[in-house]
Amino acid sequence: MISARRVRTWYRLHKWTSLLCTLFLLVSCLTGLPLIFHDEIDHWVSPTHFSGPPVEVPPISFERAVTVAKQQNPTLRTLFVTMEEDEPQINVGMSAGLTPQDKSRKLLAFDAYTAANVTSSQPGESLMDKLLLLHRALFAGVPGELFMGAMALLFVIALISGALVYGPFMRRLDFGTLRRKQSRRLHWFDLHNLLGIVTLCWALIVGATGVMNALSTPLFAMWRATAVPQLLASYANKPPAQKIITPDQAADAARRALPQMKVTGIIFPNPIMSTAHHFLVYTKGRTPVTSRLFTPVLVDAETGQVAMAKPFPWYIRTLEVSRPLHFGDYGGLPLKVIWSLFDVATIIVLLSGIYLWLSRRRTPVEDELDKLVHREESSTGPASLRAHA
Amino acid sequence: MTQRRFPFLKVYCAAIILAAITLYGLLSALLGNGLWDAASWCALAIPLCVIIAYVVKSYQKT
Repeated sequence: MISARRVRTWYRLHKWTSLLCTLFLLVSCLTGLPLIFHDEIDHWVSPTHFSGPPVEVPPISFERAVTVAKQQNPTLRTLFVTMEEDEPQINVGMSAGLTPQDKSRKLLAFDAYTAANVTSSQPGESLMDKLLLLHRALFAGVPGELFMGAMALLFVIALISGALVYGPFMRRLDFGTLRRKQSRRLHWFDLHNLLGIVTLCWALIVGATGVMNALSTPLFAMWRATAVPQLLASYANKPPAQKIITPDQAADAARRALPQMKVTGIIFPNPIMSTAHHFLVYTKGRTPVTSRLFTPVLVDAETGQVAMAKPFPWYIRTLEVSRPLHFGDYGGLPLKVIWSLFDVATIIVLLSGIYLWLSRRRTPVEDELDKLVHREESSTGPASLRAHA
Repeated sequence: MTQRRFPFLKVYCAAIILAAITLYGLLSALLGNGLWDAASWCALAIPLCVIIAYVVKSYQKT
């Protein structure tokens, strides 16, 4: 027998955490639906044609792409180059300042075979990017990200407390009971319970990985704060790197240090994004699991020596594995379709939850639970809990 | 007064099985490609089919 008092606590927890996060969760679910098909929609909206198949090491050098980018934008400095995985495309990120948060930022895309410009919309401009900014942070930058992370945490608590109250409410009913005839409210109540309990595991994983993703900015700041100072100790009195090696030399140094890894991006020496003395080369593995795990390699910008090639600490690795589990982009198009159906089911759970709250009866479940608690505490035997709706 | 135990297994049995199947489906595609992906699609389709089956059943009952 579960005490009525305990059920009442779970019920209140479920009600209040749900009420607080539902509106923002609805925004997340609705914007998340098209975002699942982000890549497909982008390809469809702006199809690009390349001169050859996808490559790991670009036929033209990164340096050539950077040189062309500089000729086209002489006032901007190069922040990073990245290599696309499923297309032979080199991206060059530029800005007047030291970070890509700058208003002057620009992202240029080049064909990795010809160095020809590939039309690419600027980050934050395409409809999909705007949806992503809304989904991730309500257009409010890092504070918005942390807020949405808190909402995701409330969602996880609502899911757990919801699963706990599911039991007492379902004790007299068979799994999957949908009472369509009695009342509309009862029908929605049953549907809320069925959809909620069946999608529970998926929703918990997507909610928890959503919390992780929201913490990515502070987690990376934490890693930099622990990894960079010890690295810079030996550079204490040196000026920032003057004559720097090419990004291709930095990439080669990283490939020699970690021959089993793929180079995916190179951040230029920069006291905010890397260090003033190092290229930061991002590498990743080749198996389904290790291709999610990046290893940063710091390469001395003057000598080309590898200064550090250490896997990220556990908290960044957790974050890296969280990403696919949140986006559903790791098992082909069928998985994306499945992801969207779970998302629709979650939207129905949220809407039915709002409906159940708005159409609550004059004697709400809570009053009933209060009565049961009193009865339980005043009598010697425990009161049995009736299935309520 | 007889104290009846809460029928935990009766109430949560289906939920636990579905959660285990979902978890397997979510991890399978992460750990491998090809057959692992296909196994993931099949596993994750089960909870969705369960929902559809019960909704259809509720409309069939007259």
